[in-house]
Order: sequence, then C-alpha cells, then structure tokens
Amino acid sequence: MSSRPEFLAPPEIFYDDSEARKYTSSSRIVEIQARLSERALELLALPEDDVPRFLLDIGCGSGLSGETISENGHQWIGLDISASMLNVAVEREVEGDLLLGDMGQGLGIRPGVIDGAISISAVQWLCNADKSSHEPRLRLKAFFGSLYRCLSRGARAVFQVYPESIAQRELILRHALQAGFGGGLVVDYPHSTKKRKEFLVLTCGSVPTSINDGHKESGSDDDDDDSEDEENGMVCVSDRNRPRKKQRTNKKGKGREWVLRKKEQSRRKGNDVPADSKYTARKRKSRF
Amino acid sequence: MRLITHNMLSCNIKGVTNGFPLKIEAEKVIEKEVDFNPDFLKHMFAKIEWKALVEAARAMGYGELPEDSPDVAVIESADETFLKKLHHALLEIHLEEGALVCPETGRKFPVNKGIPNMLLHEDEV
Repeated sequence: MSSRPEFLAPPEIFYDDSEARKYTSSSRIVEIQARLSERALELLALPEDDVPRFLLDIGCGSGLSGETISENGHQWIGLDISASMLNVAVEREVEGDLLLGDMGQGLGIRPGVIDGAISISAVQWLCNADKSSHEPRLRLKAFFGSLYRCLSRGARAVFQVYPESIAQRELILRHALQAGFGGGLVVDYPHSTKKRKEFLVLTCGSVPTSINDGHKESGSDDDDDDSEDEENGMVCVSDRNRPRKKQRTNKKGKGREWVLRKKEQSRRKGNDVPADSKYTARKRKSRF
Repeated sequence: MRLITHNMLSCNIKGVTNGFPLKIEAEKVIEKEVDFNPDFLKHMFAKIEWKALVEAARAMGYGELPEDSPDVAVIESADETFLKKLHHALLEIHLEEGALVCPETGRKFPVNKGIPNMLLHEDEV
C-alpha cells in the first residue's frame, strides 16, 4: 500500500464530493467492499434463525457495506464522519438509517440495544490526530467504551482494519481489550501481501467458543514451513524488539566503582574521557 | 431517519447524564413502505423504550400507538393489528428535515435529508 488515505487528510476532508463519487463508482472498490462486508458478517456469527438483527455499521461511507447487510435481511444504522459520502448513500437509496458523527467522540447510542457491529476499513483512522484536540488514545478509548456499552450481551463486533504497523495494531487491540471486549485477530490469506486482510473480532460479554479460521489460498502455502501457528488463522501480536533489560538501580545510585568501570571501557574504545579524580562520581550535596 | 434509530439515539455531550430521549422538532416527515416482518418486531420490542417511541411518533404526527406499553401476550398473539402499527411507527415514518433536541442541555442536532448531524463541538467532547 503505497499511499494511505489516512496520511493525506482527515476523513471528513479527504472524502469530499469528488472522492466520494469516485469511491462508489469504482467497480473494483465496490467488489472489494462487498466481499469484505460479506466476510465480516460471516465472522459476526449471528444466530441462524432468520430473525433480522439490528446492526451498526461504523464508517459506513456510501453504504456499500450496508447494502450487503440489507441483502442478508438485517436492519442497520450507519455512522460516518464524511457528509459527502453520506450524500452519495442517500442518492443510492440505501435501506439503513444514516448518522453523521465521529466515532472518536463516542457513539451516542443507548446501552445494550445493538445486536452486532461491523466496520470496514475505518478504525485505523482513529489512530491519527487530525486536529489539535485529537488524542488517539482518548478517541480509541471513547470509541471502544461506548461501543461496548451499546452492544447487547454476547454480541460481536467485527472490524476490518489496515493497521500501518505492529505498534498500531497493538494499540487498537489493547484499547479494545481495555474496554472489556474479548476476542482477537483473524487474518485471511496471511501469505499474500495483496490479498491479506485482517479482521478484529471482538465479543461482548461471553467468551466465544471458537473464532472462525482465516481463509487460505489453496495450495499456495505448502512451501511455507513456519505456518504452523498461523494454521488456525490466529496471529499473536508481538514486536521484534526484546523489552529492554530493567536497569539495576538502588537508592544509592550505581556507585563510584561502576562509573570508573564505564570510564575505563570508554577509554579502551578510544573515546576522550576526563581523567579520574577524587571528584569522580562523588555524591551531590543534599540541597540538590 | 426512522423512529427505531431515534429510539436508540441519546445525546453524547460530556457531562450529560440523561440524554435520552431526544426531542423531535419535525419540519418534514415522509413515509416509505417497508416489508412487514413480525419476527424482527418481536425481537426488537424488548429493546424499545415505549414512552419515548409514543412521544416521538406523536411529534411526527402519528398518534395511533397506545399510551401504555402493551403486554407481551399482545405481541405474541396471532392478531397482527398492533404489530402493524408498531411496524409503521418504527420503520416506515422518516424524519426528513428538522432537528433533535437534547433534553438536558437543549442543544440542537439538525437533521438534513434524513441524516442527523450528531457531530459534537470540541468543547462538548
């Protein structure tokens, strides 16, 4: 992904009239969105009793994902921050209700009424600070906190995300867990850079018995030996850097001996080090 | 915006403890026909705040809902007249133009083309 829209402008400005129209008239985007929302609905694992559910579509845009929800017979509310995108949605006569709102300000929805939430490529926008008043941590906290409240017990929320880095993915996941959600990450096509899609599957209340497997490309991952742990589609989030050793310090500080040793080491490397004297590593007076 | 959504919406301004229900100031109301699905209505009935719905429906000019929340027995019974009314109130009446007013602060959220603008100002977050 060479150019990420998140880097260009805030969502309500990036998705202006022309961009909104472009987005919805591109058959490629329409197809991808439909596929992603189909998959998100599948991961939502709604009970199969033919009763329509009341779902929330966060970052619904022009209602492409909402259309998939309608096709599956459910009712939905869509939330988006871009008025232009919502106007396109109105023109396309989507069946759900639309709200103009900012997910980072929290969702103004009564507790326990929503049966499930999906969000296609939207949550990563929360990690950007587009205004001076924006603090990504607070916005993530407000978003996940209010989402947790408005979902009914046992409901799921599925977010398709494009995190920019491991740190960002971890940030999103951590805030979701802090808000009280359980769940994890489902990765579709983990071996393909282009087709790879990540879904954050969160559950509210009860712990899920199983999270569906990620889709695999048939026959393409045979040559990969280290795919054991990705076999079930779950990937643990981890950083490549080891945590730094905790420095051993006590109340007295590290002491003169330690300073002298370090100076000697530095000298051996050829650095310019001041000579040792009786003042080296002496304690400061108490007024400091 | 349909009344089912209005029934779920509450005011999100910081410090507001009781931002529900939002008062409706209707300027233009339209009706769209939607397929009748009793299963969905039964499923949603438990979640609906009845008083707010009756009031909202009145504000939109639909006064046929009973004042008191009906029994579960009425919902489950084979008689669909009540469900038909509920269906009409929840899913078929749309608030096209107007405003939603927070009951505590009096802040207005304008509704244009059926889309309520719930964006908050920076000092309200």
